[in-house]
Amino acid sequence: MTRNFALFPLMVVIILVSLPLMTMYGFLILDTFTDAPPGELWPDEFTLRHWRFLWDMSAAGNVWMATLNTAVLALSMVAVVVPVSSLAGYAISRLNLPYRRFFLAGILVMHAFPAVTLLIGVFFVLKFTGLYNTMIGVILVKGALMLPFGIWIMKGFYDAVPWEIEMAGVQDGASRLTVFWRLIVPQVKPGLVALSVFAFLDGWGEYLLPRVLAPGSEMTVMSVLLNQLIAGDDIGFDFNLFKTVGVFYTLPVIALFVIFQNRLMTIFGGGTKG
Amino acid sequence: MRLHLDNFTKCFDGTPVIEGLNLTVEDGEMLALLGPSGCGKSTTLLSICGIYRADGGRILFGDRDVSALPSQRRNVGVVFQNYALYPHLTVEENIAFPLTVQKKRTDKAEVARQVREIAELIHIEALLSRRPAQLSGGQQQRVALARALVRKPDVLLLDEPLANLDAKLRLEMRSEIRRLQLETGITAILVTHDQVEAMSMCDRVAIMDKGEILQIDSPTEMYRAPANRFVAGFLGNPPITFLDGQTAQEGRFAMAEGLTLPLPAHLRNMPAGRPIALGLRPEHFGHGGAGQASGRVTFVEPQGREMLFDVQAAPGVTLRSIQPTRDDVAIGDEVTWSIDADRMLAFDADGRRL
Repeated sequence: MTRNFALFPLMVVIILVSLPLMTMYGFLILDTFTDAPPGELWPDEFTLRHWRFLWDMSAAGNVWMATLNTAVLALSMVAVVVPVSSLAGYAISRLNLPYRRFFLAGILVMHAFPAVTLLIGVFFVLKFTGLYNTMIGVILVKGALMLPFGIWIMKGFYDAVPWEIEMAGVQDGASRLTVFWRLIVPQVKPGLVALSVFAFLDGWGEYLLPRVLAPGSEMTVMSVLLNQLIAGDDIGFDFNLFKTVGVFYTLPVIALFVIFQNRLMTIFGGGTKG
Repeated sequence: MRLHLDNFTKCFDGTPVIEGLNLTVEDGEMLALLGPSGCGKSTTLLSICGIYRADGGRILFGDRDVSALPSQRRNVGVVFQNYALYPHLTVEENIAFPLTVQKKRTDKAEVARQVREIAELIHIEALLSRRPAQLSGGQQQRVALARALVRKPDVLLLDEPLANLDAKLRLEMRSEIRRLQLETGITAILVTHDQVEAMSMCDRVAIMDKGEILQIDSPTEMYRAPANRFVAGFLGNPPITFLDGQTAQEGRFAMAEGLTLPLPAHLRNMPAGRPIALGLRPEHFGHGGAGQASGRVTFVEPQGREMLFDVQAAPGVTLRSIQPTRDDVAIGDEVTWSIDADRMLAFDADGRRL
């Protein structure tokens, strides 16, 4: 009883503070299904008109193509970042590598480095290698930029696995590879799941790199498409359509968060012991 | 299988921590490596199992030189201090792991049979389907033992196996490990810093200090006749009391603080004026004998069956006595108790026993 009462003022404050936020989200969803008279706040009619972009490609461009591109980018991030990070993280955490400290410091610096400053250099490199305006180029660059984060996170998870487990495995007659695969990887599974989700979300939400490095129309991803929707012309600007495409774009993110929220917390909880 | 370390040397960052160590463990024997932290006992153990590479000398299992072999090919069973069970596998899978990673495949039924056999030996049949997190410390210890033994290793290495258990379980596992060792007849090495463990579980004890083996002997012999002052001070609980002084006239020993005692019988004709140290164990003070010391009781520690007394025999000289519980002596009492002078240990200035 007393506990609940003690929490009561806190709850009120939290609700008050987050009220504007909740209102915005509420209207974001509401506006996708309704129309309001000009200048009014409350809607007066229900409509599915704003979702027409799903079948009418003239409304917001080829949404399905963009969704597919975004999915390809996001899944490629998982495919690149997770395997490389899990191997590199293990090496950094466990193996007596030459220049190990240098690598560690390098990863930290790269992690903190603002990627935007590299953009022009990357642009020239991609031009030179012929990967400019290809999805592969974007995937490689985005993957490389995300690797320091992934490696660092995975290193933290490997650090938390006791040395003795590895020693015991080797004593039991297993090779280093068997030990890694059958004994160590299962211990860092929460890390792998969390990192996969993060990599996916990072790829899903990326705007800058595809915009700059792959501006071709067949490579358009959702974030770029969304931007084109407002940048196109500002006279016939359809507010509700923009919101609806935005909601459509956000749906997978919300779904992932709902499914994996506990797993994602492990990255911040147990995973980052230096 | 007989285990032999021949001139074994191990360095860390170029500094030798163990130099030219020789050690033989006979077939079926259980030997304790006993010593304070940092004495090199764990280093020796980890070198035997192959996690560390020896920097010199040979490690022989029987006649087989294994010094160049990786851990996987040495056939050594190891029980680690924290057991190192695989948390994502069940007890059964944990025990079966060494069998399933072997080069020559053992079929499933055979693996299950061997796991069951070892589980019965160690009394954990009922736990096979559980996971390590659902086990108590003692049960985890048993599983670790089973996993180490299932492969029928040539040598069993135990690295502080009882350190993480509470006092009662420790007693139980002490005899349990010894029973298993005797039943399987396996050659075993126990690394510990607990003298009670070493003495109660092992055929022989090797005392190590600063990377050197100071003495190898059976527990009773080592207790009765320690080679030097370090060994004498390490064994025995409550510990031995050292009295630093000189030999005096007529086969006596005198301390600068004023206490004099008769020398042990075999040293009676030592010339006077030699610096020596006497070691007096608490069970030899107050239990009859030729010597005598009187003083004030400064501390009494009841232990149930026995009592421990600290007696200040001279300024700065405290003698310790252990006696069956008695309530006629209290702190502050003046007592005169006998000292069994012939059973005192004497050490020369370099710490060697005389």
